[in-house]
Amino acid sequence: MSKTIEGLYYSQSHEWVKVEGNTAFVGITDYAQEALGSVVYVDMPQQDDQVNAGEEFGAVESVKAASDLVSPVSGTVVDVNSGLEDSPSLLNEKPYGTWIIKVEMSEPSQLDNLMDAKAYAEYCENL
Amino acid sequence: MGCPYFPHTEEDLKRMLERAGAVSLKDLFSDVPEEFMFKGEFNLPDAMSEMEVLEKFRRLDALDKKLTVFCGGGAYDHYAPAVIQYLLSRSEFQTAYTPYQAEISQGTLRYIFEFQSMVCSLTGMDCANASMYDGPTAAAESMMMSVAALRRRHRILLSSTLLPQVLAVVRTYADYHGMEVSMIGQEGGQTSAASLAQELASGDVAGVLVPGINRFGIIEDLSGFADAVHAGGALLAVYSDLSSLAVLKSPGEWGADISCGDAQTLGMPLSFGGPYAGFLACRKEYMRKLPGRIVGATRDAQGRRAFVLTLQAREQHIRREKATSNICSNQSLMALYATVYMSLMGDEGLKKVNDLSYAGAHYLNDRLIATGCFEEVFDKPFLKEFVLKTDVPADQLQRALAEEGFFAPLQTEEGYVSFCVTEKRSREEIDRLLAVIRTVI
Amino acid sequence: MKYYNKLIFDLSKPGRSGYSLPENPWGVTADALPEDLRRKTPAGLPQVSEPDVVRHYTNLSQMNFGVDTGFYPLGSCTMKYNPKINELVASMPGFSALHPLQPEWTVQGALKLYYDLSKALATLTGMSDFSLNQFAGAHGELTGLMIMRQYHRLRGDSGRTKVIVPDSAHGTNPASAAVCGLSVVQVRSLEDGTIDVGALEGLLDDSVAGIMMTNPNTLGLFETHVREIADLVHGCGGLLYYDGANMNALLGQVRPGDMGFDIMHLNLHKTFSTPHGGGGPGSGPVGVTSALAHCLPYPRVVRKNDGKYALLTDKDSCGRISGFMGNFGVLLKAYAYILMLGKQNVKNVGPYAVLAANYIKESLKDCYKLPIKGLCKHEFVFDGLAEDNGVTTLDVAKRLLDYGFHAPTVYFPLLFHQSMMIEPTETESKETLDAFIGVMRKIAEEAKSDPEMLRSAPHNTPVGRPDETSAATHPVLKYSDMQ
Repeated sequence: MSKTIEGLYYSQSHEWVKVEGNTAFVGITDYAQEALGSVVYVDMPQQDDQVNAGEEFGAVESVKAASDLVSPVSGTVVDVNSGLEDSPSLLNEKPYGTWIIKVEMSEPSQLDNLMDAKAYAEYCENL
Repeated sequence: MGCPYFPHTEEDLKRMLERAGAVSLKDLFSDVPEEFMFKGEFNLPDAMSEMEVLEKFRRLDALDKKLTVFCGGGAYDHYAPAVIQYLLSRSEFQTAYTPYQAEISQGTLRYIFEFQSMVCSLTGMDCANASMYDGPTAAAESMMMSVAALRRRHRILLSSTLLPQVLAVVRTYADYHGMEVSMIGQEGGQTSAASLAQELASGDVAGVLVPGINRFGIIEDLSGFADAVHAGGALLAVYSDLSSLAVLKSPGEWGADISCGDAQTLGMPLSFGGPYAGFLACRKEYMRKLPGRIVGATRDAQGRRAFVLTLQAREQHIRREKATSNICSNQSLMALYATVYMSLMGDEGLKKVNDLSYAGAHYLNDRLIATGCFEEVFDKPFLKEFVLKTDVPADQLQRALAEEGFFAPLQTEEGYVSFCVTEKRSREEIDRLLAVIRTVI
Repeated sequence: MKYYNKLIFDLSKPGRSGYSLPENPWGVTADALPEDLRRKTPAGLPQVSEPDVVRHYTNLSQMNFGVDTGFYPLGSCTMKYNPKINELVASMPGFSALHPLQPEWTVQGALKLYYDLSKALATLTGMSDFSLNQFAGAHGELTGLMIMRQYHRLRGDSGRTKVIVPDSAHGTNPASAAVCGLSVVQVRSLEDGTIDVGALEGLLDDSVAGIMMTNPNTLGLFETHVREIADLVHGCGGLLYYDGANMNALLGQVRPGDMGFDIMHLNLHKTFSTPHGGGGPGSGPVGVTSALAHCLPYPRVVRKNDGKYALLTDKDSCGRISGFMGNFGVLLKAYAYILMLGKQNVKNVGPYAVLAANYIKESLKDCYKLPIKGLCKHEFVFDGLAEDNGVTTLDVAKRLLDYGFHAPTVYFPLLFHQSMMIEPTETESKETLDAFIGVMRKIAEEAKSDPEMLRSAPHNTPVGRPDETSAATHPVLKYSDMQ
C-alpha cells in the first residue's frame, strides 16, 4: 500500500503537484517510485522550457525500467532540482519531499482536472 | 546420411515422445493447420560429409581470383597478428550469447569494457559503446543520436567528401527516420567551411557529419568546424579510421561531440566486406543518447570488481518505440578482435603501422607521378590513400592489374583513380605493381 | 570458473610491446604530416607483451559460459550447437582475403556462394528472394520495414504510417518500427497468448502499412489463425512481416511463405547454427515474395543468363543498409551448416526442437507454474515457481548458474510477472535435458527448504550478483574512470 499526502494534487500518470501561489512543484508519487524500483537517472528539462499539461517533459529510469514524466500542468519551468543529478535515489527515499521541476503555471485551472489524495489512493487501488 | 548434430537415439525419441504426450513427431505439429505443413521437397542437395563440404568450399574459393590489394575505399588490408585468430577461436568467446548473466559472462564484459576504454583513448571521447555493425551504420546512428539529443531539430548535414557507402547508408536511414539531409560541398578536395556555414545558417540543423580522412584519402583540416557547428546549435560528428587516430588529431581534439567509424582497419580480414566492427563514442553530455550495448564497472556483494551491461533504460527492450535505436547486439567478437589488436600494438606499434603505410603510399604516389601518366589532383596531406588524375581508362587499368594479380585502382565519381598502401605492402610488391602499370600505360 | 581480477591495463608496463612489424625501408614517417593535423599526446593504449596478451584473454575466456561449456536454454535465442566445420570454411584464406570492392569477375566464387545461400534460404522459407546484407536480426527487421514502406510508396500509397505489433512482441519490434518512421499500434493477445483476431480487425484501415508477427509467438505458441490474419491484413492493403526469431520451431516443416507472409527475416546465428560470439557478429537475411523483390536493399546478387554472377542496384530498392555485403564470414558458416544437413535432415530440426521443449515442459509443470497448457513449439514459458516461497524467477535463474547451466530468458515475455522462457534446441541429448530437469526440480525443493540461499545465489561463479543500481547511477564506462 503506497502513501499519499493530503493537500497535493495527483495525476493518473502518478505525478504529484504541490501549489504555492502560482508555482507548481512537480514530483512522482510513492506508487510510481515503488513500481519503478531504484531510480538511477532522471532526465529533466531545462530552466525556461515550456511544458504542457498531458505532455511528456522528461523521464525517470531505473535499472530495468523507464517511465516518461508527464506534466500535470502547463507553464514555464522556473527551476529544476539539480540535486537529482547526483542523487536520483532521493525519489525513492522521499518521493513527496523531492520535487523534480518547478513550474510557473499558465493555466492554474488545469489543477481541477487532477485528483486529490483520497481519489488518487482509490485510483491506485484499482490498478 | 545421418546428422552428427542430432544426439537422439530411437529409444530416446520414444521416451521423449511418451513424456510429451505424443505418438509421433508429426503429433507435435497437430496445432498447425494441415495446409501449412510442407509436403514438398526442398531444393537442396543431399546431406554431405565434412570432406564433401570442404571440397565444395574449395571449389567455390577457386572461382575467386586472389589479388594483392592496393586500394581501400572503406576496407583496408592491414596485417592481423597471429595471436588474434588464435584467441578469438576460443569457444568460451565464440559460443556465448550477449552477456545478460553477468556472473558467468565476465570474460565478454571485461573485453568490451577494455574495448570501450581504448576507443575512448583513441577518439578522445568520454564514453563509447560495445561496437556497432559497421562504420556506415555507426554513422547513421550518430545522426539519429543528434536528432534525438536536440529533440525538435530534424535536419542533418553530410559532407560530400564522405565515402559513398557511408553517404548512402546514412541517406537510407534518414529517408525512413524522417531526417532531412543537406549536403556540404567540397573545396579543393576537402569539406568546405563556407558551405557548412551557409547550411548552418538556417538554424534547424541537429547533426553534422564530416570525415577525418575523406574519400580522396585527404586528412581533413577541421579547424573551426566545431565552433561553427556549436554556434549553429548542432552536434559535430567525425567519421574516422580508428587506426589512423594513433597519429592523427582525434575527434575529441577537433572538438567533436560524437566520433564514429569503422574499426576494420585494426587488422580485420577484408573477408568480402564483413564481419567488421563500427564504433560510436561521444561526450559525457550525450551518454544517455548513445545507442547499443554499454558495459560499466561495478562491484558484487563481496566487493569484487565486476562488470555489467548498464544504462539499459536507453535500450529497445525497455524503451520499445521510444528507444533512440533498435540495435540490440554488437559485433562483439570483432570488438574482441580490435581489443586484442590494440593491446598487442600499443601506441608505438599502431604508430609504426601508420608510418609504414604513410611511407609506402607516398613512395607509390611519387613513382606514379614520375611515370608521367598520372597527375596530382589535390595538393593536400594524405596518410595511406590518395587519388590521381590519368588519361588511362580506370577500368582498363584495373583489368590489366587484376590479370597480373593486383587489385587497384578504384575510381571516384569524378573519374580520379585511387590507390592505397598499408604496412602489409612491401617495397618489392609496390615495385612489381609499378612495373605492371608501366606496361599498361 | 575462477575469478580473475585483471584488466589488460593492469598489466601494462612502460617499455613493453607485443607487436612485430617489418623495418621501414623508406625512412619517412607520418611525423612528416603537418603538425596541426597530428595527435598531440599518445592515446595511452596498454603496453604489454604477446604472452601477457595470450594469458590475459585466455583467463578472461575462462570466466565465460558458452554453448560449448554447457546447456544454454535461453528462450528465443536458439542456442544450438555451433558446428566446427563452419569455422573451418570461414577461415579459408581465400575468402578472408577478398576485398569487397573487387571487380565482379574476380569474385565469382563469393558471389555464387552468396546467391546459392540466398536460394537455399528461399526454399526453406517459401520466399522468393533474399538479401543477406543485414548484420543482425534487428537490422533485418528494420530493413524489412523499409521494404514495406518502400513498397507502399512506390504504389503512391503514402498514407500508410502505422504498423501493428502484438502486445507479446519483443521490444525490438516497436523500436524498429519507430526507427523506420512508422507509428506502432498494439494488438492485444487472448488468454491463450495468441493474437485477438477480432481486436485486430478493428485496427485495420488504409493507414496500416502492415503487421509484424512472430510465429510461433514469444510464448512458443503457434498462431493458428494466421491464414485469417493474412487475409484480413492483405484485404486492407497491408503486408505481413514475419519475425524469424522463432523459425527454429518450424524449420523443415512449415514455411512462412506458405502462411501468407510477404517479408521476413532470419537469424543465421539462431536457426542456422552460426556462433553468437558474445553478441555478434550475427546475420539477419531478409526474404520477400517475388512481388517485393525489387524493393530489397542494394547491392543484390543476381545470376545472369550466361551463368555469371553480378551485383545489381535496383532503382526501386529501399536503399543501401550496409557498407558492403553484410557479415560475409557468417554467411559461409550458415551455408556449411545447410550443406551438412542436406534436404532430408533439415526436416528434423523443427520437430526435434519442439520435442525437447515439450519434454522439459511436461517434466517440470508440477513444480513450476505453467500459465498456458498444452502443446508448445520450440519454447515455452513458466510463470515462476508453482509454490510461492518468495523466491523469484531471478533467484531460480541465478541458482541454475551454480549448477553449471545457463539461465533461461527471464522476465520476458512481459505478459507474466515471473516469466522464465525455456528453449532447449534440437542439439541437446536426453541426458542433458534430464540433468537440467533434475536441477530445476532440486531448485524447487531448495526454494522450500532454504529460500535465503537462493536469494543470494549464485555462489559458485567468478563473481556474485553485481550492483547494477550503482553501475547505472554513477556510470564507470572506461578504465580511466575507475581511478
